[in-house]
Amino acid sequence: MSAVSALILPVLAAVGLMLVNGVVLIYMLRKVLGHLHLRLGPTHVGPKGIVQTTADVLKLLSKEDVRPNGADRWMYVLGPVIVFVPSLMAYAAIPFSETLRITRLDTGLLYTFAVLSLVPLGVIMAGWASANKYSLIGALRAAAQQVAYEVPLLLSVLPVVMIAGSLDLGEIVAFQTGVWMGVVPRWFVLLMVPSFVIFMIAALCELNQTPFDMSEAESELVAGFATEYSSMKFGLIFLSEFSNSFVISALAVTLFFGGWTLPFVPESILAPIAPIVFVAKTYAGIFVFMWIRGTLPRVRIDHLMNLGWKWLIPASLVWIMLVGVVMKLAAPGGVG
Amino acid sequence: MIGPRDTEHLVVNIGPQHPSTHGVLRLVAELDGEEIVNVEVSAGYLHRGIEKLGEHRRYHQLGTLMDRGDYLSGIHGELAAALATEQLLEVEVPPKARWLRSLMGEVNRIASHMIWYGTFGLDTGAMGQFLYAMRERETLLDVLESVSGQRMMFNYVRPGGVIADITPDAEQKLRTFLRTIDTYIDEHHALLGGNEIFQKRVRGVGVINREMGLSFGLTGANLRCSGVPYDVRRDKPYAAYGELEFDVPIGSVGDAWDRYLVRMEEMRQAARMIRQCIEGLPEGDVMAKIPKVVRPPAGEVYACVESPRGELGIHLVSDGSDTPYRFHYRAPSLFAVQVLEEILPGTLLADAIMLIGSVDILIGEIDR
Repeated sequence: MSAVSALILPVLAAVGLMLVNGVVLIYMLRKVLGHLHLRLGPTHVGPKGIVQTTADVLKLLSKEDVRPNGADRWMYVLGPVIVFVPSLMAYAAIPFSETLRITRLDTGLLYTFAVLSLVPLGVIMAGWASANKYSLIGALRAAAQQVAYEVPLLLSVLPVVMIAGSLDLGEIVAFQTGVWMGVVPRWFVLLMVPSFVIFMIAALCELNQTPFDMSEAESELVAGFATEYSSMKFGLIFLSEFSNSFVISALAVTLFFGGWTLPFVPESILAPIAPIVFVAKTYAGIFVFMWIRGTLPRVRIDHLMNLGWKWLIPASLVWIMLVGVVMKLAAPGGVG
Repeated sequence: MIGPRDTEHLVVNIGPQHPSTHGVLRLVAELDGEEIVNVEVSAGYLHRGIEKLGEHRRYHQLGTLMDRGDYLSGIHGELAAALATEQLLEVEVPPKARWLRSLMGEVNRIASHMIWYGTFGLDTGAMGQFLYAMRERETLLDVLESVSGQRMMFNYVRPGGVIADITPDAEQKLRTFLRTIDTYIDEHHALLGGNEIFQKRVRGVGVINREMGLSFGLTGANLRCSGVPYDVRRDKPYAAYGELEFDVPIGSVGDAWDRYLVRMEEMRQAARMIRQCIEGLPEGDVMAKIPKVVRPPAGEVYACVESPRGELGIHLVSDGSDTPYRFHYRAPSLFAVQVLEEILPGTLLADAIMLIGSVDILIGEIDR
């Protein structure tokens, strides 16, 4: 394999994965929400409606690309791109199995969060450039919200990093392999319940998902920052949203649910199916997101800010301290 | 809170094409950040001239116009028009017709409240309960379709009585419905009202106190939420309500949460009345002997009913011809929409949308 193709292939793989994910997840969202809501979801296009999303993508592609008169030309075009590109980049460090990952990064966790925190920039650009008041309010909400929740999101995973002793996502998974006392999986979710709860809340917020979807609050702001976008520009925003939920769910699986591993399953059986296990776990996580989306009402923006700054951040700081103290006491040669 | 800021206010035009202004309502809101400083309600985008049309329609035809006013509770509009015409004509309605009017009125009330409940949830961002509410509404619309042939524009109540007896099919459906409705309302209550997020959003927001309610001319749940127990069904009984047992739920604070509780309880009471109506339905005709073209003696009357949105009144003036001289329609939503200008300032944009839902307005009857 030449050096160039070695560089390009993983990128193409990421793009392919993202597109396939988008198509599958949109179909899944419709079916899951449908059944949660006593409906059937799509049924007409193809058997059980599975080609519906493809039809919708074709529709999006064939739509006229409308740019509002007052819009700032370059920012308006760049907005969705800046929303989309980090979502794509975030796939880079995710370990699908021991060997299958786009690149191995010692700071994989930090990288993923850093890249994802670029998304609000694109959102603000899109909202500002649209020259629409709803878009502007949506963009400002998104900015306030994502800044507020970036902090607890990062803080919530710190204890995991402290115990696993690595920022490499692969190492964190490796740490969770096996069982304690012969029965309990060594998953961090069992050890780190507060971390997991804070992570889930902050993740929902980071994803602009119900109950924290106020940046696109369809009943208030029509479609928030995406109101003025049409055609494939809207497609990019839409796609990046689904891709982000895959990435965040994949992170949750990696950090708290043992990544590609399964307890009680020997390595020889697990190795060939590891990526499937990983994707299945990730989709289960996304299902939970969708379940929440189909059930809960929306939190008000000031309640959201209070929750983030006044509860989640202090709670995660206290938890970090507790974990630190316990680690120090339990460590060989420690105070205890 | 942050002190006064020297920043520019943003004027946002909410509507008339907006997903959650419940039709084509337009609000001109002045925002300071997320907070609403001032709001102006602008209605009239759905004006169809129903009142003027009424002056050119025969008395029997008024019901069809009323169906298109408050299109979620057509029975009540028809009933008000029929009551006014009957008062002018001084005809006696057969007992069975009176009971059927109450029965279908309450069926329609639950169907209408289900829409309110569903869209109120949508306004707060919840989606699931809307479609759960449609499940109950569907059964009730089947019942109304079975007796009237229509799911929305029923034209079921006419001057002199009602057009048809309850069908065995409708009765069967209603009995099944009554067995499950209490559990379903509990389920709805748990799904939306039991949610911490929802409670935090509606409690203490949009308070309509007693004085405000009375001075704005509010009726229905919007007035009862502040503790004024005014209900046309009990205070000026019409149809069979004088013979039915029911409670009038009232609130204490007058916030959006009280309005929610009052309406949820109203659905239970409506189910209770439907039960009584089915059990106690008298025998006999459903329509009085009334000529095809009526020419009431000159005079004027006001007849009102308790629609799901409040006191729905019809003021009819007759000059002795076969069409009304004046046909006026008192729409409870028209009063409810005005109170928004009073309760919205000081709340957040997200609350504004929720509060529009909480007063249960219907553009069809505001603009008529």
